[in-house]
Amino acid sequence: MNTRIAAVLLLAGAGAMAGCQKKAPEQLPPPPVTDNSQTSSQVPQGPQPGTQAHFASAVNGQDVIYFETDRYNIDSTDAAALQTQAQYLMQYPNVRVTVEGHCDERGTREYNLALGERRANAAKNYLVGLGVDANRIRTVSYGKERPVAMGSNEGAWAQNRRAVTVIIG
Amino acid sequence: MKQIIALTALLLATPLAAQDLGSPLPAQDEVETFDEGEGLTGSVSFEGNLEDLGIAIPGFATDRDQPTPANAQGTAALGRELARVITADLRNNGLFRPIGPDALPQPRYPEITAPDWGVWTGRSAEMLVHGYVRGRADGRLVVGCYLYDVALRDELVREGWVVSPAEWRRAAHKCADLVYSRLTGESPFFDSRIAYIAETGPKGNRVKRLAIMDSDGANHRFITTGRATALTPRYSPDYKRLLYLSYVDGNPRIYVYDIGTGRQTLVTENANPTFAPRWSPDGRTILYSMAVAGNTDIYRVSAAGGQSVRLTDTPGIDIGGSYSPDGSKIVFESDRSGSQQCYVMNADGTNQRRLSFFGGRCATPEWSPRGDQIAFTHIAGNFRIAVMNPQGKNVRHLTNSWQDEAPTWAPNGRVIQFFRTQRGSGNTGLYQVDLTGRNERSLQTPANASDPAWGPILP
Repeated sequence: MNTRIAAVLLLAGAGAMAGCQKKAPEQLPPPPVTDNSQTSSQVPQGPQPGTQAHFASAVNGQDVIYFETDRYNIDSTDAAALQTQAQYLMQYPNVRVTVEGHCDERGTREYNLALGERRANAAKNYLVGLGVDANRIRTVSYGKERPVAMGSNEGAWAQNRRAVTVIIG
Repeated sequence: MKQIIALTALLLATPLAAQDLGSPLPAQDEVETFDEGEGLTGSVSFEGNLEDLGIAIPGFATDRDQPTPANAQGTAALGRELARVITADLRNNGLFRPIGPDALPQPRYPEITAPDWGVWTGRSAEMLVHGYVRGRADGRLVVGCYLYDVALRDELVREGWVVSPAEWRRAAHKCADLVYSRLTGESPFFDSRIAYIAETGPKGNRVKRLAIMDSDGANHRFITTGRATALTPRYSPDYKRLLYLSYVDGNPRIYVYDIGTGRQTLVTENANPTFAPRWSPDGRTILYSMAVAGNTDIYRVSAAGGQSVRLTDTPGIDIGGSYSPDGSKIVFESDRSGSQQCYVMNADGTNQRRLSFFGGRCATPEWSPRGDQIAFTHIAGNFRIAVMNPQGKNVRHLTNSWQDEAPTWAPNGRVIQFFRTQRGSGNTGLYQVDLTGRNERSLQTPANASDPAWGPILP
């Protein structure tokens, strides 16, 4: 009986983790191309190409772009970040990404879902404009449901109005 | 103490079925459920504010204390519980001045139709509710409900219902509705249910589950496990299905969930994300909003399936939508002007025009079931629940807090629920306010709660 419950809880936990891709890069499976038969005892040196950690490091942490309140336009800072991301995606043509669109908490829930989708698409369109195949980029909106900064102030909201590029394993 | 009119006419107007039920004698007659027959607009002896009206609600009597699945202690204890539920319904909604069974003498069964006036006069209660509960041979319960005017020493209204033991609370809500409707002239609203989103866990990683409950929070049930984020539910008018948003496949999509079978289907077979589901008042049509290449528009589809029809076609976000009670118009939200504002259009999408010109932003408009008001979230600094008329005029704010959003109407268009988010913690809870804005209260839920969706009076 107890083990049954434990198993169910474990399953539920695993499900929750699977739904939250961007926070757990070490959980992502290795990329199909670069997976050159390592033994299980061997620990890889540094992040592997095609992982979120490798991507974030290669783009100097510019895997996130930020937006003004209610806006979804790509400003010059965003453009520079997306250019770096595009270079990476050109270098690793088998890598696919999800662009997550997010909003701050100071909006109504449904509107923010639509706004997050618009932000994600703005980033995607910019990457496509730089030559990345649209089929390699998926978008998803989390609206205001997944803040990264927990405060209720301008600083936190500015961090939460974002589009995050996440490697699909 | 004046308007003693037409009481005989009133009694004659009392539905026949209810009179059958109203007899506390062990009648053999098979009585069916209530008759909705209205016309109860006669006056009572009380003059003054309704919130000052004292109503004594002693325990319901039983002809014979017997076991029932509805109460471990039998029908006599169940009678007291019925009176407690009625008292709580009225008290929690700021209606009248109810006095519950724990502070009152318990009437005997024969007194239900012949109150012992000596006991009830001088208790500072102008009204008296009597009732009974009787276990039937088939296991079902007969519940009778009577409202008396103590000064007049006369009956104002009576009704009775046959319910399964599992649904005993519905009989109490029906009685509260009967009392409320008779004394205010308004339509009932207690016998209804609410769908909402239960929230647990830290602000950055909230688990959001679809849940349903009675209008008073009882009979609470979780529908989803929380593995996938669920948002924005809407009960179908017949309570058989729920529309809601789920991330179950990783993308935000609207599903039609069948409560009976537990099965769900996509509202539209399409790779695009869908949001903001709504039913038409007759339950035959579903509105949803869909983002195509980042641009969100409102679509309509038959509840039976088939081709979707796009209703809006502007650059920007057109989302939500709430039908007028006659189904002819839709009020919705759009940022085509540059910021979120409320718009209205004909049900076929023609004649789209902006309603809100009062400053700030207008979001989540919901048309009252009575048709006379539109509730919305007014964003101007804080987020407040407000109402306006269908022309976008006569704006009145009902709440004043940091973040209140997503109003939903009681079945009678007199009370609004919404959810409130606390600054900082992000904690959420359901609240309720009446149209005066004076009676605001928090609803008790097992966890944090958001996105309330109030269904109509139960069928």
